[in-house]
Amino acid sequence: MSSIDNTDILIIGGGPAGLKAALSAADQGARATLVERDPHLGGQLIKQTHMFFGSKEQYASERGFKIAETLSLAVTNHPNIRVLSNTTALGYYEDKAIALEVDKRFFVVKPEALILAAGAQENTLMFPNCDLPGIYGAGAVQTLMNVHGVVPGERVAMVGAGNIGVIVSYQLLQAGIKVPAIIEAMPHIGAYHVHASKVRRMGVPIYTSHTVLAAHGRDCLEKITFAEIDHNRQTVSGSEKELEVDVLCIAVGLTPLTEILFQAGCKMVYITEFGGHVALRNETLETSIKNVFVAGDAGGIEEASSAMVEGSIAGLTAAANLGHGLDSYAVKLSEAQKELANLRRGPTGEKTRSGLQRLSLAGEVAS
Amino acid sequence: MTLEKNGIPTPAQLAVIKPSKERLAKGPVVLVECFQKIPCDPCYSACKRGGFLPFEDINDLPQMDYDKCNGCGICIGACPGLAIFVIDETYSEQEALLTIPWEFLPVPDEGSTVQGLNRSGEPVAPVKVVKVRPSAKKNGAMIISLAVPKELADDIRSIRVKD
Ligand code: SF4
Ligand code: SF4
Repeated sequence: MSSIDNTDILIIGGGPAGLKAALSAADQGARATLVERDPHLGGQLIKQTHMFFGSKEQYASERGFKIAETLSLAVTNHPNIRVLSNTTALGYYEDKAIALEVDKRFFVVKPEALILAAGAQENTLMFPNCDLPGIYGAGAVQTLMNVHGVVPGERVAMVGAGNIGVIVSYQLLQAGIKVPAIIEAMPHIGAYHVHASKVRRMGVPIYTSHTVLAAHGRDCLEKITFAEIDHNRQTVSGSEKELEVDVLCIAVGLTPLTEILFQAGCKMVYITEFGGHVALRNETLETSIKNVFVAGDAGGIEEASSAMVEGSIAGLTAAANLGHGLDSYAVKLSEAQKELANLRRGPTGEKTRSGLQRLSLAGEVAS
Repeated sequence: MTLEKNGIPTPAQLAVIKPSKERLAKGPVVLVECFQKIPCDPCYSACKRGGFLPFEDINDLPQMDYDKCNGCGICIGACPGLAIFVIDETYSEQEALLTIPWEFLPVPDEGSTVQGLNRSGEPVAPVKVVKVRPSAKKNGAMIISLAVPKELADDIRSIRVKD
């Protein structure tokens, strides 16, 4: 096992949060190493063909993959940043050592500071025959279509009318695939309504208060049964419908990826609004362990725009903790925190605000 | 049924964003079908004429000054929600010119006839493609102007180029 030690800050995850964390830390003069499991930087951004929301600061009206290109280029060209792609962070060991694996070779890094920006994993859904070929997570469908250029099937039913379910439905339509239904268990659409309207006017019906009862097929998916549910989540009898589809795409939420933080011994707490266990942290995203930070979906499921701003906050602060960029730190931090508060201020930020409130209560109990 | 249940704005919501009869009679003007407070404001940054009033909070709904808007359509391609349209009721005796964003292939040819769809994606009438241009944002979106029957100008919001 060899070791790499010429780094101040190790950033795990090359998605929107990790890219911004690396850039903002490196701009302050810190040396950063960015670890990404995939061959490309950009994380989920590279699969996003739709225009982004937010404001100019978060690249609004640009398409996700373009934002990935812009940020990756800046990171790759930055003299203070080293990128380790195709590299997996395996674990956090004693002495604050982090083990990395690339091509079956193992390395140990001992950074002064760590920023975990590993993102999230998709949730699944249980129903009879839910393991039939043809049933995919939304992330897999996006990877097939938008990374490899392969259509997943001909007729796709989508489960989940949150932003991911509705956006992936739109991308399927753009690829020339039929989407005969979006099925959502909640009584209302979770996605931004403008997204919902844009798939609706392409003829996609959205069934709120509905759930998938079963999948059918001999060797692969041929048909699904779905039905209306009441407010106790009981099937409304007589509302069962059958739909012939060769793909069922599941977009029922994400869970933060936090193993490294558990291993590091960060104080963790379960926050429903954030999609699972997350690390307690202060307003600069530093966890209960000094110089260990979390940013983006790994700290609670939210939008890419806020993940980018969180990345900046963690990067700036990690750099400042190590003595870099102290002159400009206070100003840059307060700008970023203001930006983040703005993004979360409206009704769609309600869930995040309530999650943050529970997090801070949990923090008071813990301290 | 409501927008949050089926994705279709209600007549009451649409009435609120409709410019006055007098303004509509003066020529092309913007229609902003954005009814939910979300953290988003590129429409405001895109318009250089003051058609959108400044956002106090990025979550505000767009507020319009229809007298400043000349219907240029630049904001259409900047809206990630594809929620902005331009209507010109003075186009001809029988027809209005409706301008919509379009992110699908094929891109229809100018002069061709395509199927006009309503907000549920149902076909309502054949419409003529008058003009096709790329979005001023150069983000790949196309901006398409359609000659639509006047009485259907409030219904048609999309097209089907081929079956
Ligand atoms: S159509 Fe042109 S003038 Fe009118 S609001 Fe949009 S950008 Fe401004
Ligand atoms: S850009 Fe579009 S979605 Fe965003 S606030 Fe303006 S009208 Fe609404």
